[in-house]
Amino acid sequence: MEKLKVNINKIMNLSKDLYNKEKLEQKPTRDGYGYGLVELGKKNENIVVLGADLTGSTRCDWFKKEFPDRFIQVGIAEQNMICVAVGLALSGKVPFASTYSVFCPGRNWDQIRISVAYNKVNVKFTGAHAGVSVGADGATHQGLEDIAITRCLPNITVLAPCDMIETQKATIAAGEMQGPVYLRFAREATPVFTTNKTPFEIGKAKVFREGKDASIIACGPTVHEALLAANELEKEGISVEVVNNHTIKPIDEKTIIETAKKTGAVVTAEDHQIMGGMGSAVAEVLGKNQPTPIEMIGVQDRFGESGETDELMKEFGLIAVNIKEAVKKVIKRK
Amino acid sequence: MNIKELEKKANEIRKDVVKMLLEAKSGHSAGSLGMADVFTALYFGDIMKYDSKKLDWEERDRVVLSNAHICPVWYATMAHAGYFSIKELKTLRKLGSNLQGHPDRFKLPGIETSGGSLGQGLSIACGMAYSFNKLDKKDNWVWALTSDGEHDEGQMWEAAMFAGKNKLFNITQIMDRNNIQIDGYTEDVMPLEPLREKYEAFNWHVLDVDGHNIEEIIDACNKSKAIFEKPTLIIAHTIPGKGVDFIEWEYSWHGKAPCAEEAEKALDCLRTLDGKIKSEHK
Repeated sequence: MEKLKVNINKIMNLSKDLYNKEKLEQKPTRDGYGYGLVELGKKNENIVVLGADLTGSTRCDWFKKEFPDRFIQVGIAEQNMICVAVGLALSGKVPFASTYSVFCPGRNWDQIRISVAYNKVNVKFTGAHAGVSVGADGATHQGLEDIAITRCLPNITVLAPCDMIETQKATIAAGEMQGPVYLRFAREATPVFTTNKTPFEIGKAKVFREGKDASIIACGPTVHEALLAANELEKEGISVEVVNNHTIKPIDEKTIIETAKKTGAVVTAEDHQIMGGMGSAVAEVLGKNQPTPIEMIGVQDRFGESGETDELMKEFGLIAVNIKEAVKKVIKRK
Repeated sequence: MNIKELEKKANEIRKDVVKMLLEAKSGHSAGSLGMADVFTALYFGDIMKYDSKKLDWEERDRVVLSNAHICPVWYATMAHAGYFSIKELKTLRKLGSNLQGHPDRFKLPGIETSGGSLGQGLSIACGMAYSFNKLDKKDNWVWALTSDGEHDEGQMWEAAMFAGKNKLFNITQIMDRNNIQIDGYTEDVMPLEPLREKYEAFNWHVLDVDGHNIEEIIDACNKSKAIFEKPTLIIAHTIPGKGVDFIEWEYSWHGKAPCAEEAEKALDCLRTLDGKIKSEHK
């Protein structure tokens, strides 16, 4: 068992301090977006970034500083922003429209449906400050529905990377692929547990830890909570597989079916409403191909509220201890 | 084409619109007939740069139809301009047709952007104009066709602000000011006036034209290309259903197609109209 774990970590090149939260560097995923944009901007002069009066908190200001001529300030006007991006894309640019997830895709969903998705244009749009982990700003600014309302649209790729480094990779991969992409990321600093050598490919979920009794399929910073839960459970004699499902659409059916077949019990975990979220996408795959008992960790049909991030994650049941309980519960249902 | 020939062309396009709508059994009659003169001027009045046989020509102007429900008149004009056969017009709104109820750029090459939800086209035109003018320093012109009614949408004004801020002089917006929308007259549903002053306050140059006077439309379009550092709005005052007496000014015809008998009457009107539209309106 120990040998198996070491092997997978070698392939995935995760941080050596993976299970030592204290030792891991803490960085917000949005930083990865900022770094990714600058890197893309250097490689491709067609990269253009649009901001809607949230340039600093989405980390677009880093791109703006490097490439002032390729940064477009649209003001607090998300509907216009996304359609201006469409016009830029139709003229050969690769625009990244950047703001909070509650505004994009929240406020401008019809524009995304028609002008981006139906029109199948090469527009990338990002939802920063997703999840209750946003903290003190409260319910209005905690995007909990964005995965649900983007993954139901044809032609769109939906990404929710797990840490700062993976967000940088996802940003670059989004900029290098053709077609509309939604990128979700969070506000708060979370453990950086992948490394530059950790493989990342859009559409390919990655097994970050192998196990045989149950599988946790997670996305976003919740992946680290899942790993912590799995590590704790091992001490209790329960062997748990952890899958980083960063691409919610197109979903990696193969990896999901394989892990469910192998362990026979699945827990999904995400900082998003359970209804319509990543877990729902997993349930759709398994219900059709490999019926398996599933427990879902996520926000349970309620709005967020103000508080410290740690307090909220606990209050909403999105941390390792909740995932652990869900694993035990789902194993009983086998 | 001289003005007389252009007026005849507009009349042919109107007849095709009636035939298409009859065949489709649904669609938007009033706006399509009302904009026939503007579309004719754009495509046949030596205004726009396009080549219907070379769709990816880099120097082509871009057309964005924001009030996409009047696409029957666009399709008919495009067919006359050689984008596809006039015969194909009869497939409008049928299963598998290239001529969707609202334009789809993948089904109909020559369409620059798919659309249908009101209020979005002007923003898309802004993105194109920004790309040409600010980023690539190219001369391509962007023609944004909009309706008066869709100015109820807040996004129209977001786009108007954006174009004004960035001095996107390479956009000419032509607004179909026909005073009607589905529920009634625009000024009853949600008053829009004073449109000129509103746009001027947003740093646009505004021209008013008789939307059925092809000479005036061409003149305004040419003027718009000479305006320095400001986007131009041409408010085309049109009569909904223009050319067919029983459709004119009837907002109930906004989203309706003629039945066989009505179409026969409409075609009769148009046959006797030949070239009279301008003189009648003056």
